Amino acid sequence: MEKRVTFKGWLLPVMLLGPQMVITIVFFFLPAGQAIYQSAFIPDPFGLKTLYVGFENFEFLFTDPYYLASFRTTAIFSGLVTLVSMGVALWLALMADRIIKGSSVYRTLLVWPYAVAPAIAGVLWLFMFNPNVGLVSWYLEQVGYRWNHVLNDAEAMGLVVVASSWGRISYNFLFFLAGLQAIPKSVIEAAAIDGAHFWKRFWTIVFPLLSPTTFFLLVVNIVYAFFETFGVIHTITSGGPKQATTILVYKVYSDGFVGQDLGSSAAQSVVLLFVVGVLTVIQFRYIERKVHY
Amino acid sequence: MANARSGMVEKTGRGMWLTHLGMILGICVIFFPIYLAFVASTVEQADIIHPPMPLLPGGHFIENYSRALFSGVNAPVWRMLLNSMVMALGITIGKIVISLLSAFAIVYFRFPFRQMFFWLIFMTLMLPVEVRIVPTYQVVANFGMLNSYSGLILPLIASATATFLFRQFFLTVPDELAEAARVDGAKPMQFFWDILLPMSRTNIAALFVILFIYGWNQYLWPLLITTDPDMNTIVMGIKQMFPSGDDWADWPVIMATAMLAMLPPVIVVVFMQNLFIKGLVDTEK
Repeated sequence: MEKRVTFKGWLLPVMLLGPQMVITIVFFFLPAGQAIYQSAFIPDPFGLKTLYVGFENFEFLFTDPYYLASFRTTAIFSGLVTLVSMGVALWLALMADRIIKGSSVYRTLLVWPYAVAPAIAGVLWLFMFNPNVGLVSWYLEQVGYRWNHVLNDAEAMGLVVVASSWGRISYNFLFFLAGLQAIPKSVIEAAAIDGAHFWKRFWTIVFPLLSPTTFFLLVVNIVYAFFETFGVIHTITSGGPKQATTILVYKVYSDGFVGQDLGSSAAQSVVLLFVVGVLTVIQFRYIERKVHY
Repeated sequence: MANARSGMVEKTGRGMWLTHLGMILGICVIFFPIYLAFVASTVEQADIIHPPMPLLPGGHFIENYSRALFSGVNAPVWRMLLNSMVMALGITIGKIVISLLSAFAIVYFRFPFRQMFFWLIFMTLMLPVEVRIVPTYQVVANFGMLNSYSGLILPLIASATATFLFRQFFLTVPDELAEAARVDGAKPMQFFWDILLPMSRTNIAALFVILFIYGWNQYLWPLLITTDPDMNTIVMGIKQMFPSGDDWADWPVIMATAMLAMLPPVIVVVFMQNLFIKGLVDTEK
């Protein structure tokens, strides 16, 4: 779509675009180029100069058991976060959709966690499950379960998944509720008159009609789990125990900043660039943007 | 008959009560972490380190919050709140301004390489800060912008999403308005100020809500470039309040800080809920 009526001149529009372009080039393209460039070098043992190694950083990455493990961790983590946050949100949205009176009160309460930063969410959940003082871990101990996510891989993963999903429930809830409310009531009533009970109606009518929303949320939540959960991981586990919760983005940070392995960190950045590229293309090409509100 | 009909879609009676009950239960579970943090911010350290901690607020609200605000752990929390506010507003206003200008240029002018500019902006969607951590840090360090507000704000203000949103909106503005402005001899910038900008008010407000939360909740970027505690933002500074090693964390102060850190974005979301939802839906289109 284009405007038929436009203004003349080329200097003014170029100047208007100037600020955006300067920022974009200096802080986006330059660093991205730098990452691609650095991914082909390794620092020499004395750190005085860098050696050109071509694709060796990448070859090393994809044979490095830690990196491959981080891929697996990221897949498990994103899968669980997506499942938990969407599952709970759908359940709440189904209930909210049935409620006529007072549903706006529930909605107001449920948008709260969206505003809480992932890092703050991490602190809240860490507090509840702290092995020494946490309330939940204390109750668990009373019933005979010794909770310690500092040492136990599965518990650490469980905690970062729950903390990451928590704030995301609000977002998914709002989109699911909008999707549910867009389904014509007459369709549901017709099925009810035919004697279909709630779950039957859900699986045969509601869920299929909701699928554009579901697919959209699926992609958006995977992007969230990949790239926006750094704060949760950093506050709760710092990637540990050992590397049990080191997702890819966390590994770029810990190898590049803590470990100072710039070549490997840059190569990992390039791999992530590729991942974001694919996800962005999926988001724009294959999602029918039919989320009604 | 009326009863039987509404009964079919289970909108009345026992089913309805169960739904309300389920909803309230769900909300209680979701709210519990926030409630517990609030309780912890009103009791003494001794109440917490000898579990189980109390489930009702204590009497140390003022003491804990003033201790957090005016002394904190590494830096007073009022200072971190100020830094967060500057960063969040800087990012929000910066993104809105440069996006409005870019969208105006792309929609209302024809000039060489217009498509190329458009695609360059589009490509920034594929470059979130999380994937270019180290090189972006190096660029900012080379400019001497570590531990500065410009370092916190500038690298985050390019915005493809906001540019597209304004572009979409400008495309729906009737051509007659620009036509009339041109006939009246108005300069392009006059048209922008007097007509386009006032028409974009709702879009700007909705975007403001979303971007403010985005800016306020930044974590990784401030973590990298602010080493001076006085430049920490509250969301990243809270992690620095935990002692390394075996010392007890000062839980009441940390939890008071957590409550303060979530207050501004929660206020924005709750009181500007309709704008927030509009912004949420718009930015995902």
